[in-house]
Amino acid sequence: MSISLEAIARIAHLARLPNENTRESHALQDDLNRIVKMVDQITEANTKGISPMAHPLDMSQPLRTDEVTDLNERDLLIKLSSKEEAGLYLVPKVIE
Amino acid sequence: MTNKTLAELSKDLETGSVSSVELTEDSLKRIEKNHSNLNAFITITSEMALQQAKLADNRRREGNATPLTGIPIAHKDIFCTKGIKTTCGSRMLDNFIAPYDATVVTKLNAAGTVLVGKTNMDEFAMGSSNETSYYGPVKNPWDLKAVPGGSSGGSTAAVAAGLVTGATGTDTGGSIRQPAAFCGITGIKPSYGRVSRYGMIAFASSLDQAGPLAQTAEDCALLLQAMAGYDEKDSTCVNKPVPDYRAALSNSIKGLKIGLPKEFFGEGLNKDVEKATREAIRVLEGLGATFKEVHLPNTHLSIPVYYVIAPAECSSNLARFDGVRYGYRCENPKNLEDLYKRSRGEGFGAEVKRRILIGTYVLSAGYYDAYYLHAQKVRRLISQDYENNFKEVDVILGPTTPTPAFNIGEKTTDPIAMYLSDIYTCGINLAGLPGLSMPGGFVNNRPIGIQLIGNYFEEAKLLNIAHQFQQATDWHKIETRPQNVDGVGLINPKGDSK
Repeated sequence: MSISLEAIARIAHLARLPNENTRESHALQDDLNRIVKMVDQITEANTKGISPMAHPLDMSQPLRTDEVTDLNERDLLIKLSSKEEAGLYLVPKVIE
Repeated sequence: MTNKTLAELSKDLETGSVSSVELTEDSLKRIEKNHSNLNAFITITSEMALQQAKLADNRRREGNATPLTGIPIAHKDIFCTKGIKTTCGSRMLDNFIAPYDATVVTKLNAAGTVLVGKTNMDEFAMGSSNETSYYGPVKNPWDLKAVPGGSSGGSTAAVAAGLVTGATGTDTGGSIRQPAAFCGITGIKPSYGRVSRYGMIAFASSLDQAGPLAQTAEDCALLLQAMAGYDEKDSTCVNKPVPDYRAALSNSIKGLKIGLPKEFFGEGLNKDVEKATREAIRVLEGLGATFKEVHLPNTHLSIPVYYVIAPAECSSNLARFDGVRYGYRCENPKNLEDLYKRSRGEGFGAEVKRRILIGTYVLSAGYYDAYYLHAQKVRRLISQDYENNFKEVDVILGPTTPTPAFNIGEKTTDPIAMYLSDIYTCGINLAGLPGLSMPGGFVNNRPIGIQLIGNYFEEAKLLNIAHQFQQATDWHKIETRPQNVDGVGLINPKGDSK
């Protein structure tokens, strides 16, 4: 299975990464196709009756009591942004 | 020149023959002298280190010290350290000052360690050579033309060059064990869930695990004792008591059954690395261990499975870096989509972007079942291979890497060649088992490592075997430390530093 430049553009959009310029796109396409060819080897394994392993110890999420434990650290955390005002993160206009 | 391990320095601090301030000053001097040679550090925390050293000396005078109190260490720059730049080796976090400490940092602080700096690493832990860092490559102290391994290359080089006697690393596919092998030191990746991942910037959440890097198994045992344990802030952390790792070191290994996977001694293994590994086997036989051939029939699938699961998880984990709340933001974005795309495009390096794209692809509609779901099933087959063998043997042994360290630049244009250096290590992450690398000799004047793989939560057994091996061999000793780096030598404030 090889990945076309159009597919790379679609995947890049899903990942919110820029689509590279043409020269870099071809190099990236080569790299990605080589990686995909390598991972395609997994299809040779017979996994009939085998359940997927998402967690190496097959554990599930522990639960806890539904009570507030986190502090409100908005003022501390908002300072990490390069563009903020009045306790809000600033981004380009999203509503036309 | 006197050469000391972390355990020996701990003893010196206990007897009062040296102070933490003296050790820290010496460490900082060595780090500065080797900064441009090795590039092992991204941030050096001199002022804070000296303050911590003074507090450590006070604490010792008050009688409240632990074996680690006053010991200078370094943290891989993947661990959040409050008030200190935490970059993960990336332009994306070049401006990020962590607002909190990772649990690993909190625990080592509580034990009284002194933080001298944050070490260089492959960007977001993605790499096997420390060449993907935004801050430039780290050099191998044994041969400055060689890579130290990755992604914990900075921590490893710092220990190997004697700048610190202990450092933290993380291991997702081999990133503690492989650099430990390439740099001739000891490193252990604990079982998944043994050490808290809270505050450890996530790459692949079902694979990542933190662990210590140090010269010897004993030193690793001291560090792991402090690092390990349940943390309710990490929902994947296992609530299991931490044994006394140091006490277990002196157990005899007579009668221990060790498996040698046929697949770890086949095609691709450098002949001299094989020879050194077989010599290590002879040493362990002399200590009373017995060996038998075992099979890990799905070994050849571990790299393909890893390069489906790890990129998939990374594409999810790195989605948080969007230029809005922290980290790199591009200049003058035209709209929100441009903000996201250019911040991420400019903030991430090529390898990170490659893995995000692969991860997004294998999770996308039409490919999820064929790739991600299927890889998770093959993951279980790989894990079962180990489970089956642990019914017959106590531990599994093999070379940590197929070759000694390669040269800087040798594999950067071929991602697959780079990925293949993790062939013996990444299966252990998929299974969640503990793995340790200990120095096992030299090939072409570059160190090689021997890997021990244990059953779940049997870190004590691995450290015990490595310690017994290190009582019978010299590969870990400081006398074999490289002399080709300016001012390199072990932390020895009383004697000569070369």
